Amino acid sequence: MTDKRLTIWEQARLHGYSRRDFIQFCGWIAAAAGIEATGVPQVIAALDTKPRLPVVWFHFQECTCCSESFIRSSHPIVSDIVLDKLSLDYTETLQAAAGKQAEEALHQTMTKYKGEYLMLVEGSVPTEEDGVYCCIGGRTALDIVKEAAANAKAIVCWGSCASNGCIQAAKPNPTGATPIHKLISGKPIINVPGCPPIAEVMAGTIVHLLAFDRIPQLDGLGRPKAFYSRRIHDTCYRRPNYDAGLFVETFDDENARRGYCLYKVGCRGPVTYNSCGVMRWNNGVSYPIQSGHGCIGCTEANFWDNGPFYQHLASFPGFGIESTADTVGVTVGAITAVGIAAHAITTNIKKRRQLRQEIKNSDSPAEEKKGGE
Amino acid sequence: MERNSIRRVYVWQLPVRFYHWLNALTVTTSVITGYLIGKPLAIQLGREASFGYWFGTVRFIHFLAAFVFFFNFLFRIYWGFAGNRYADWKNFIPTRRKQWKEVGQILKVDVLQAEGKPIESVGHNSLAGLTYFLTFLAFLFQSVTGFGMYSAMSNAWLPRLFAWIVPLMGGDFAVRQWHHMMMWFFIIFSMVHVYLVFYHDYVEGRGILSSMAGGWKFIEKEVQPKAE
Repeated sequence: MTDKRLTIWEQARLHGYSRRDFIQFCGWIAAAAGIEATGVPQVIAALDTKPRLPVVWFHFQECTCCSESFIRSSHPIVSDIVLDKLSLDYTETLQAAAGKQAEEALHQTMTKYKGEYLMLVEGSVPTEEDGVYCCIGGRTALDIVKEAAANAKAIVCWGSCASNGCIQAAKPNPTGATPIHKLISGKPIINVPGCPPIAEVMAGTIVHLLAFDRIPQLDGLGRPKAFYSRRIHDTCYRRPNYDAGLFVETFDDENARRGYCLYKVGCRGPVTYNSCGVMRWNNGVSYPIQSGHGCIGCTEANFWDNGPFYQHLASFPGFGIESTADTVGVTVGAITAVGIAAHAITTNIKKRRQLRQEIKNSDSPAEEKKGGE
Repeated sequence: MERNSIRRVYVWQLPVRFYHWLNALTVTTSVITGYLIGKPLAIQLGREASFGYWFGTVRFIHFLAAFVFFFNFLFRIYWGFAGNRYADWKNFIPTRRKQWKEVGQILKVDVLQAEGKPIESVGHNSLAGLTYFLTFLAFLFQSVTGFGMYSAMSNAWLPRLFAWIVPLMGGDFAVRQWHHMMMWFFIIFSMVHVYLVFYHDYVEGRGILSSMAGGWKFIEKEVQPKAE
């Protein structure tokens, strides 16, 4: 690690790239971040003059599927971003260093680039039992996050674990898994949910930070609007089937073969925000719905608790796994109907008695004088 | 019993009646279309999507009914301050001891059918008023969650006003789940409501059924309209 930080262009030239390669890369990067053609010169200027961004990438309670997804990013090629254009100083999964050297690299970055480094977090942080459920180098994840976040320029939360807790935070959440935004305040936090997030979405978010040196526009849940402002449903190629009321009833029926909408077999597309329908996965090959399976809503908080995945409505707590709000509604409705029937019967008994009484009263001459019925 | 000395009182003003029936219409429409949206019919058309739009139409009717319902609801709140004493907002929130006492009395006489003094409210009785207050809360909840979901597909300012509910409830799925559950409140309320109107007319004979058409109720001479 040299003391003088090279700019991205200088770094690229050092690696033997031509100016032409560099400009081409800037074009990719701009497209990935969703910037229009007129914005490309701005990107070039930024990468020409800005020093490489020091980055630390943490792994806590997670399965590394975010990293796996990220290294499969196609445009721009991930090695270009991470290994050449960023200065990835610490990451448990990819780094060559181990033990003391790795910890030293981390601390060097955190002290040397105080307030300048970008903190990427993959995984949630356990808070139960003082956080013992996830320890690295003898320290709890909670401890590490707090220390690293204190001097970070910004925090990017990779995946649903870091953004909303994902499966570890599903009921009953024994380790007290907590997303980063609930632990850290006063720092810009970008949530990039998904299990995993789409590689191009991850790359696009990083590229935006890299090129513009400021966080992208975020929605109410801290997600980049460029990728999370629309529902899967709104960009789904099966949407016309939904509007036409053509639904798959079971996964092996004629409707499934015809590619009708998967709404009735539990597709979470209408309640899930992501770019799957537009960017798709694995170099744009497909996405779950295109492959005949409903969306499971992996970018949304509590998606594990909103099961079963193959049911439109979630099961109703306390009434068994198959029962939904409708089961409960029908039951309560039936009880109400029985109650009404019982009430109607007693009302009639009461009314008959009253009528008999009134007729008897009107028959008696004393009552007749008073006017009666 | 001085049954022949009966006089009629103008209880429900035209705006109240108009509100009531428009509300009944939009709630019925919303429940039917809402149920269909949650559980679409299995119509095996076996055709291409470009030839049909029935589900889109069902959703459109739901949204249309919801907008009318919402503004009708707002109007009723206004009328709770501008209308006559029977329409007044104070009927719906039992703040006085007397109202709570009446609630207990109604539970005893009308619901449990124990012997007791018959209730002689002219407008809403206290228990009915309280129940309607709960329905107003349900109206509010349904409006907020409904517009919250709608805000994802609209840039209009009105639904955008309710976009905050989605992150607050933990995402669109939860909002949809709650919106759907609340539908059952409307169904069960309607069952009980319709039954009770028939019940009151059946045992009291004060014309409560027709009062929502013409506005008049019949009361015994000696019953003084309550000063609300």
